[in-house]
Amino acid sequence: MLRIEEIKNSVKKNLRLGNLIPQLLLLFTFVFIIYYFTSNAQTNMASRNISSGFDFLKTNSGFDVQFSLIDYDGSYSFGRAYLVGLLNTLLVSSFGIVFATILGFLVGVARLSNNFLLSKLSQLYVEILRNLPLILQIFFWYFVVLRNLPSTENSFIFLDFLIVNVQGAYFPKFIFTNFNAIFYGLVCAILAIFLARYYSKKLIYERGKSLPVFKISILCLILFTTIFALIGNTDLQLKRAELIQNFGIFNYVGGVKLVPEFLALLFALSLYTSTFIAENVRAGILSVGKGQKEASKSLGFNNSQSLKLIIIPQALRVIIPPTTNQYLNLLKNSSLAAGIGYPDLASVFAGTALSQTGKAIEIIFIVMLTYLSISLIISAFLNWYNHKIAFVEK
Amino acid sequence: MKTNILKFFGSLALLFAFVISSVTANAGTKDDVTKKGSLNCGVSQGVPGFSNADASGKWTGIDVDMCRAVAAAVFGDANKVKYQPLSAKDRFEVLKSGQIDMLARNTTWTLSRDAGLALEFVGTNFYDGQGFIVRKAAKINSAKKLNNVKVCVETGTTTELNLRDYFKANNLKYEAVAFTKADEAVAAYDAGRCDVYTTDKSGLAAQRTKMKNPAEHTVLPETISKEPLGPVVRGDDQNWKDIASWSLYVMIEAEELGVSSKNIDSMKSTDNPNIKRLLGLEGDTGKSLGLAPEWAYNIIKQVGNYGEVYEKNVGANTPIGLARSGSPNQLWTKGGILYAPPVR
Amino acid sequence: MLINFIQWSKKSLFSNWWNSLITLFCIYLLFSIIPPFINWAILDATFSGKLKTDCTAGGACWVFISVWFEKLMYGFYPVEHIWRINLSFIIFIGTIGFSFFVREKYKLYILFFLIFIFPVIAFILIRGGFGLTIVETREWGGLALTFILAIFGIILSFPLGVLLALGRRSELPVIKYFCICFIETWRGIPLLTVLFAAAVMFPLLLPSGTFVDKLLRVAIGIAIFESAYVAEVVRGGLQSLPRGQYDAAKSIGMGYWQMNFFVVLPQAIKTVIPGITNTFIALLKDTPLIYLVGMAEILGIVNMAKANPYWLGMAVEGYVFAAIIFGVVSFILSSYSQKLEKKFSTENK
Repeated sequence: MLRIEEIKNSVKKNLRLGNLIPQLLLLFTFVFIIYYFTSNAQTNMASRNISSGFDFLKTNSGFDVQFSLIDYDGSYSFGRAYLVGLLNTLLVSSFGIVFATILGFLVGVARLSNNFLLSKLSQLYVEILRNLPLILQIFFWYFVVLRNLPSTENSFIFLDFLIVNVQGAYFPKFIFTNFNAIFYGLVCAILAIFLARYYSKKLIYERGKSLPVFKISILCLILFTTIFALIGNTDLQLKRAELIQNFGIFNYVGGVKLVPEFLALLFALSLYTSTFIAENVRAGILSVGKGQKEASKSLGFNNSQSLKLIIIPQALRVIIPPTTNQYLNLLKNSSLAAGIGYPDLASVFAGTALSQTGKAIEIIFIVMLTYLSISLIISAFLNWYNHKIAFVEK
Repeated sequence: MKTNILKFFGSLALLFAFVISSVTANAGTKDDVTKKGSLNCGVSQGVPGFSNADASGKWTGIDVDMCRAVAAAVFGDANKVKYQPLSAKDRFEVLKSGQIDMLARNTTWTLSRDAGLALEFVGTNFYDGQGFIVRKAAKINSAKKLNNVKVCVETGTTTELNLRDYFKANNLKYEAVAFTKADEAVAAYDAGRCDVYTTDKSGLAAQRTKMKNPAEHTVLPETISKEPLGPVVRGDDQNWKDIASWSLYVMIEAEELGVSSKNIDSMKSTDNPNIKRLLGLEGDTGKSLGLAPEWAYNIIKQVGNYGEVYEKNVGANTPIGLARSGSPNQLWTKGGILYAPPVR
Repeated sequence: MLINFIQWSKKSLFSNWWNSLITLFCIYLLFSIIPPFINWAILDATFSGKLKTDCTAGGACWVFISVWFEKLMYGFYPVEHIWRINLSFIIFIGTIGFSFFVREKYKLYILFFLIFIFPVIAFILIRGGFGLTIVETREWGGLALTFILAIFGIILSFPLGVLLALGRRSELPVIKYFCICFIETWRGIPLLTVLFAAAVMFPLLLPSGTFVDKLLRVAIGIAIFESAYVAEVVRGGLQSLPRGQYDAAKSIGMGYWQMNFFVVLPQAIKTVIPGITNTFIALLKDTPLIYLVGMAEILGIVNMAKANPYWLGMAVEGYVFAAIIFGVVSFILSSYSQKLEKKFSTENK
């Protein structure tokens, strides 16, 4: 009854003239702007003989891309080119998020270190890198650092494993035979770890004793995979990049290749974002009251236990929400790839494909929608996660 | 309250109107240009020999002279030009929207651009073709031997598409490293990021002057595409297209008739009816174009004939050093393919 | 003194073997970075000359900066009119400096001046008209363009941001959800795509023959993009305001707009100044992206100059120069906003 009453009230309220007019006006203006733009766009496209619509996604793109995770060349479609760009964006963003998180945690903790020099140095790191435009940092890494690496024939070679030159960095490809054995080993190890965790939880509740779960987990992982690998006759081969000479031109072929555009973008994104994460981590740790630490000490926890069980879980609640924002920023900032020609979504699709087709409206629309949906998906997921940890803690 | 809201939306509408207000009616380009008092000409962001600004901001090049010729025809003063540097990506959009009156930016004449973009190519002021430049140390003397190479290329151009066609047709492996600016592609090649740089051959010659050590590089003999470069105007103004076309043709015609900026005044006393017509002494060629009778005289006097323009900007004695004899950019009477319709 | 230092260092640098190791590592890091940098930037650097060939000392070639200084700062803006840009910036900085010395109630007038009057004055000064020679926007460039766009962006986005923030808290569902969608959409996409849209797509949406200047398009794009961020900051300020303020305003018979303009916003805006400053810093660092849509801001000029045959490979000096300027400006601004934040947080306690 009450709810119906409420709804009635709110409907009445909205139907009042003073409230109705602005809403209708807004709606009308919005619809009018949309109509105005679309009708102009249609006449403009018609006068330029550009067909509108998304049919072009199926036609051959005709251009090549230097770095792609999936098979692609000019004989594939524009739709495929979109996919190449999207995957490259996700690749550099996910690597960037991992590195930025690790670096950010290290620097954030270092800023709170008792060591005067270390904390000041980390502060300097944060203040400098945070205050410089990201695009400048990308240019610095690309045009100054990576451009001055030696030529192919004079590459740096580290331990016969990593090859670095002006054309990129090459790692060997890992080639497993009978990989299945290792996979099953991993599955068993994970099962064993879950079992151990369950048992240790039970142990804590029943007898108040704890198991070194982390050490057991690592042991399980190593043990199971090696045993299974030995039984299953798994073999690992490194396929290194080989230097090929064609007259006076030297090129490395094979292996896993990382182009300098990717590396420059990755370095710049990780370092830049790490400074913001470091600040979040610092604020998070500082937000945990001193009393908590003292209380955990008086309960007999040692340093690592109190950090793991008391400080970090509470700090994480403060750290995670702003860090989520930084992850989203990193994803959006990865579009700066267009500045150095790393073939991400913005540069392959909103750059090359746009100028080859002239379909500005469709392409910009697709690109914006893609970024928007990734952002919304990530933030929805992390909201859900935030909610979960917040709930559990209370 | 209501009035407040109305005021608010009223001001929003005003703002909107302000944004839209900078409307330029598109009556006749020639009239617009005459009213503005200068010709807005789209050029490149710096291709020596074609359109390039020096430190003091003075533009020179074969495309720049095309702009100057049109200005000379319209105003009688070749200096009434405002140059707008454009990237390959922006150029057609800027022309279409009316921000420039003419595009002289080493642009290749293709069917899809001519018909598809509703633009009009006014002619060809330079016959070019795509080629490759490699380091001499690579010891490569033919594009057929380019295999497993990294090629630097400017994105959004026909170059990018030709490149793929060529390597595919010859079954060679390559990796295209694309940049949005020609300068960046050249710098990347120069730093060793790529083994090969590709663009139009005139561009190769021009960009080579921008490298650390120009002597270390060599242009391969193959020409893998036809690239007739020419000025472009909007497709909706036939008169303006004619003015631009004939500004180019009279420069070619003048060379054929032996009229140059140096001897043009002494030519006034000639008996040759062709020359008399060209200089506006007989008949009125300007009338049908809507120009002054001495329009062609102004072009030749102030800018020069085609041969002069060529030699001054890209000829053998310039840093670009493109020899004219034997190239298509020679008069039809001398074995080239430059041929102007009769001026009469 | 010395004993104090030794005690201090024992406590904070060498308290145990692990700490000592870290200290040694830090010292090593400092020694491997700072002396070579000082050598490069100052001791081995060349400061005077006219050409790249004057730089023979092996360090930085600051000649590059001095030769290209005007271009780096003002782009291709005509030299004889540069005073007009300078004057606009002096007015801007002077107004802000002035606001520190006046009484609280005049500050709102200053804000009004900055938002509604200053942009018009500056626009006329820089672009021309009313007797001043017109300098077309394609000749604008360099650091000045970056600052012009950042300042105009934040100023223009402010009114829109405030409206969006109010709209998001509105009780009218259409307005509320429209504002939420608007804000979240702009916050979910990268600025670069907005710039691409402004540069390439927007002309297609206008009637043919209509022509809106590219710089204006980009500025509008930046302002709308930024308004979503400003809205979120202002919303924070609105939320921090005690409920009683709203009730009091309503009880003396104020309407919605009166309440917001005379009671709520003046108080909320004061508390959001640090947040707005942070947004401005972020915008200032993002503005160089206009280089990617073909505008000659400072990084564009550096990249152009380093491709000049006479100045090949002068990238480092250019980047370091730009880095110092951006670093100093955003450091000053962020220290200021942190100071304000601290001040407000103690005031509220």
